[in-house]
Amino acid sequence: MVQDVEDAHPADPIAQRLRELGFVSGEPVRIVARGPLGGDPLLVQIGSTRFALRRSEAARVTVSQEATA
Amino acid sequence: MSESVLRIALVGNPNCGKTALFNQLTGGRQKVANYAGVTVERKEGRFVAPSGRSFQLLDLPGAYSFAATSPDEAITRDVCLGRYPGEAAPDLIVCVADATNLRLHLRFVLEVRQLGRPVVLALNMMDAAKRRGIVIDVDELQRRLGVPVVQTVAVQRGGAKALIERVDGDVPEAAPSDPAPLTPAQMHAQVRELLTATVTMPRETAAVDDALDRWALHPVMGMVILAGLMFFIFQAVFSWAKPVMDGIQAGITWLGAWSTGFLPAGSALHSLLNDGVFAGLGAVLVFLPQILILFFFILVLEESGYLPRAAFLLDRTMFKAGLTGRAFIPLLSSFACAIPGIMATRSINDPRDRLTTIMVAPLMTCSARLPVYTLLIAAFIPPRIVGGVFNLQGIVLFVLYFAGIFSALAVAWVIKRMRRDKSEHALIMELPSYRVPHARDIALGLWERSKIFLRRVGGIILALTVLLWFLASFPGPPANATLPAIDYSLAGRIGHLLHYIFAPIGFNWQICVALVPGLAAREVAVASLGTVYAMSGGEDAVVSQLGTLISQQWSLATALSLLAWYVFAPQCMSTLAVIRRETNSWRNVAIAAGYLFGLAYLASFATYQIASALS
Ligand SMILES: Nc1nc2c(ncn2[C@@H]2O[C@H](COP(=O)(O)OP(=O)(O)O)[C@@H](O)[C@H]2O)c(=O)[nH]1
Repeated sequence: MVQDVEDAHPADPIAQRLRELGFVSGEPVRIVARGPLGGDPLLVQIGSTRFALRRSEAARVTVSQEATA
Repeated sequence: MSESVLRIALVGNPNCGKTALFNQLTGGRQKVANYAGVTVERKEGRFVAPSGRSFQLLDLPGAYSFAATSPDEAITRDVCLGRYPGEAAPDLIVCVADATNLRLHLRFVLEVRQLGRPVVLALNMMDAAKRRGIVIDVDELQRRLGVPVVQTVAVQRGGAKALIERVDGDVPEAAPSDPAPLTPAQMHAQVRELLTATVTMPRETAAVDDALDRWALHPVMGMVILAGLMFFIFQAVFSWAKPVMDGIQAGITWLGAWSTGFLPAGSALHSLLNDGVFAGLGAVLVFLPQILILFFFILVLEESGYLPRAAFLLDRTMFKAGLTGRAFIPLLSSFACAIPGIMATRSINDPRDRLTTIMVAPLMTCSARLPVYTLLIAAFIPPRIVGGVFNLQGIVLFVLYFAGIFSALAVAWVIKRMRRDKSEHALIMELPSYRVPHARDIALGLWERSKIFLRRVGGIILALTVLLWFLASFPGPPANATLPAIDYSLAGRIGHLLHYIFAPIGFNWQICVALVPGLAAREVAVASLGTVYAMSGGEDAVVSQLGTLISQQWSLATALSLLAWYVFAPQCMSTLAVIRRETNSWRNVAIAAGYLFGLAYLASFATYQIASALS
């Protein structure tokens, strides 16, 4: 579950975009797949959409652990 | 009846099926241009409703939000707001949303509604939604949104009927624009509310997608599948294209002989048509099969939704080198031809990543290099079997391909190092659902790309071949000539001059002459070498005789040096022209040409000197 998306720096366009794509408080998210090298990028599912996010991008999203899905 | 034409703009998230809907409505007839000063495509078409009323349809670039993060999105925003200079505000906005992905797409619908303009919502992909058991209460959605909602299936004949009927009726009232724009959080709350009230979804994702992605994105299996696919594609490009290419070659030769048969042999016109026009035509057309086969696979992979998966798998590697996973698609296209490859970089939204990709795209081994590779490899590399299974000639070809890829990564890495703006590059890439590709879309795509290729490349190559023929034929040799005719011609003189520059890398003057027209289009070089070595006959004949001839006259070091030159040298006017167009800057053209020539010279110099020392 998403708790929040934090700006990495003021007026962070990446954080802004993530919020527009549905990464907002209370949305359930799930990591579907990891890239072959170093587990980067991550494939994150939110709603019925899947986004490839680099780890540095995904780091802006704070999540809270639900019961293991 | 001179009713004024209603202007409709199509907007929607990327992958909502907007392009398919546009094609469905207009029957694929469209006027494509660029928005001034940016390389964003402006697509416009017309259609006539059964009532006889005609509509003008503008396909706006896909956007996730009006808070634009790319030039595409900025244009969509400005046009919708009526703020784009020279573009009247649309009378009606048709907002397209993927019915299987409403959680994401409805948010943008809300943003569009807030503009306070007449809006119709088209729920597209209703067929896929039904298949997945998604039920949408359209009436309720319409009531809550306050805008008309219609259902469409953009890929089915007649699938846009409801939409046409709706826009053919009265223009809906402008949606009430909310006095205070919603905050992102409020907007999401609204989306969630709408979803619970109107949509029931048995499961979030298509079961097929989950199953396929388990394989396609698996850290090990995914890479194996990707490598297998690439291997298969390149295998097909070479083996399937061969017979067609031979056929084209024979056809052109025959056509040349037939159409010039009535001219006296040895006359200037006969020679111009045969050695200039038809040889040039053949040199262009002969690549078409390879390019089409490669594009066929690329289009199938693109339509099926696989390419973004490949980008996902490769992002890490490419990011390390200063690129992005998204660059995979343009670079793959560049193996056919750098021109469509560079145009495909439009899908890269970070301008820095896009520029880097454009800069390195010419390093991919395009099919125009193959004639030269084939000629030299056949002439100089013995077809020995090494290690039991590998053909030495095949290995050399592989090394040449690999040298291109490797240097592209290296150059991208250097560009990344040199860049001052080190702020973060975004990936954030949506992976769409898998789909079965539609034959019609593939055919349309192939047709468009071959048109581009033939128009851009064909004209230039043809003109140059003819020009070279003139240079090589005039002035004619004096009566007491002792050397071959070409020595006295303009081309011969140019070659002798250039020889000073190219002697250190082992090129003889004949190569230098052939490089002059080859500068404009590299594949012309083989035909030019043929002309220079003063032979006649169809290109096939030239190639086989030329091979024997140069294997006697050139040293191995010269041949290897020329191969190395071809890996790097930007010998393609059309590519440079496209770089200019896509980056809007001559400076970038100069940088690209400069560094590529520099690398070519260095690589050839090293190759020649080392090979000479060893032999
Ligand atoms: N099943 C189904 N597929 C569709 C429909 N509309 C579009 N598609 C497919 O969805 C993919 C993306 O469509 P496209 O028009 O390129 O999307 P755009 O990014 O919005 O222009 C393509 O593979 C289309 O064939 C539809 O109504 N039903």
